[in-house]
Amino acid sequence: MTLQFNDETFRDDYTYHNSAAAILRFPFPFDRDSYMYSVNMEPHAGGPEGSPFDKRFDVDEHYVSEMRDREITLAEDPLRCQSLPHMELAGWDLLELIMVSKAEDYPELFTLNRDGDRWHWINRPLGIEHRFTFLDPTTLPCGPMEYITRQAQGDFAVLDQREGNLWMDAGMVTSQADWSLDFDIGMNFFEWHAPVPKAHEMGVFQRALKFLLNIRQGSPARRLNWTMTVNPRLDTSPENYHKWGPEKRTVTAENVGRKQFLRVELQTFWRLPRSNALAFPIRCYLISLEDLVTVPKWGRRLHRVLRDLPDELADYKGFAVNRPLIVDYLSQHDDGAPTSPGIFP
Amino acid sequence: MSARMLRVAAVEPLTPLVTRFRFEDPEDRRLPLFSGGAHVVVEMPDADLLRRNAYSLISDPFDGSGYEIAVRREDTGRGGSRFMHTQVSAGDLLRVSEPVNLFALDLRARKHVMIAGGIGITPFLSQLKQLSRLQVPYELHYAARSRAEAAGLRLLNGAAHVHVHISEEGNRMDIGAILSGQPLGTHVYTCGPEGLIAGVEDAAARLGWPQGALHSEAFLSPPPGKPFEVTLARSGTTLTVGPHQSLLEAAEAAGVEIPWSCRGGACGQCESAVLDCHGRIEHNDHWLGEEDRNAQTKIMPCVSRFQGETLIIDR
Ligand code: FES
Repeated sequence: MTLQFNDETFRDDYTYHNSAAAILRFPFPFDRDSYMYSVNMEPHAGGPEGSPFDKRFDVDEHYVSEMRDREITLAEDPLRCQSLPHMELAGWDLLELIMVSKAEDYPELFTLNRDGDRWHWINRPLGIEHRFTFLDPTTLPCGPMEYITRQAQGDFAVLDQREGNLWMDAGMVTSQADWSLDFDIGMNFFEWHAPVPKAHEMGVFQRALKFLLNIRQGSPARRLNWTMTVNPRLDTSPENYHKWGPEKRTVTAENVGRKQFLRVELQTFWRLPRSNALAFPIRCYLISLEDLVTVPKWGRRLHRVLRDLPDELADYKGFAVNRPLIVDYLSQHDDGAPTSPGIFP
Repeated sequence: MSARMLRVAAVEPLTPLVTRFRFEDPEDRRLPLFSGGAHVVVEMPDADLLRRNAYSLISDPFDGSGYEIAVRREDTGRGGSRFMHTQVSAGDLLRVSEPVNLFALDLRARKHVMIAGGIGITPFLSQLKQLSRLQVPYELHYAARSRAEAAGLRLLNGAAHVHVHISEEGNRMDIGAILSGQPLGTHVYTCGPEGLIAGVEDAAARLGWPQGALHSEAFLSPPPGKPFEVTLARSGTTLTVGPHQSLLEAAEAAGVEIPWSCRGGACGQCESAVLDCHGRIEHNDHWLGEEDRNAQTKIMPCVSRFQGETLIIDR
């Protein structure tokens, strides 16, 4: 498979687009016609060939443009990337995990040569070639976590594990669904989850934390999460709400198919070897409703899910204002036919 | 839990009671690295029993060429350590789990003070290697009854900042003295008998140490006891747990899977709901809180036992 990288933007003129192949491999998150908040964890141990679950760190046609968008966001706001001093070892662990995985999974794009601690990294899509000494930060232009996450799609939270809890002590966050690393840095699992409605009562979080604390090396886990975003914007951060918040008001019955995107997060969880930290990559995928309904099953199902979603969830996910427009649009693509189980087309 | 078949590369007695085992990949592939304080679970096919015991890794966490453990022979114990001492020799293949760490260093600490009693030295051996590599200040205090008992001495070979306290020689460890005068931001780690852990906790409380700066790991070994009966409600079976068997092992022998990780009452994985209990649960774990223990509504099958008429658990 030779990847063609799109030349596209995630801001201003929003030229982001999905190819026909990218539409078909979209990680549609609903396996049935209704949605209930749950932790829905499964082993991250591959998936159908070509799907975003196939490789450890999925690289797709948006890679180069996404990395360019990250650069813009970081230049405007360096606090999107933070690592508390005790997290440097975890940063090296993460760098190793990503470099080894990418070089093994995409040998035509990435190469890693290792001679003891002397490493040689080649990233062809981004035109990077670098020799450095593993565990010696003076041989990298920036910290190890920042270095590697400037070359990997998706946000990254790196969680320290101690006192039976997880702590958001490092991260690279430029494509988030309305949360702030600068606000959450140093918080524990319960503190950073505090705004989710209802779930607390269900004890969902206690169970999720217990699960995450027990993630083992070599046995990563994954789950999908979703929300809705107006325009294909990666940086929907609270810091920049003034830029993207008002765009919600630009949706009309005429443009909703083009302007409204389903935003899916592929979250994975990895135990890191030397630091015992937990890496939590949050990979974001965007698809316009117009593209999504080209898969009839997805059009039908998304209509049913959004139509029947409890109000507080639509509020929490931030699309309550546009829900009527979205549901109206999708209803035109729902003939009432039954849908097959599972998430694939 | 994922495990791999490893070859016993070396067996070396350190003292009459303690033996070191080294494991390597049969095809000399590199093993996953780990963090100081991690343990592995070794599977021991002992006649018709499959034993699984957790042992701290004592080798360099950043060296993937092999894993090393030190096993103390417990003749009154359940036989796992006896199996290692008498049945295992170089060249044998044993299944060894991925490393798991329930006793990790707090990397925020400005300084690490480690206090070991007897065989409790083992988790510190890998931590020392990690700390000297990271160039973080530390000191280790190692208490043992006699030099013959102090297996760690041979493994500490030349390590810096190590203080040995041999009680037979009149050199007892003074916990208060160790803890007082430590710089702000010091963390203390204790591994050894319950009494030692309690002693450190008391002294730290007296000196006003923050709770979050104290870490401990008690020996991970299910205690033997009287046989007892337990009913696994979901599986619809009633079993007898033998005197040298844990409830978890008895369930496994009957083909019932209960999730586990440490097999030593520390991780919480095996927690099971008690549906009915006429008698007394012997809670041997370090996981359940006082309330859960007294209510007898939960049990940790990896270490806890029962005495009485009926015990029904949700498994
Ligand atoms: S297996 Fe860890 S507490 Fe039982």
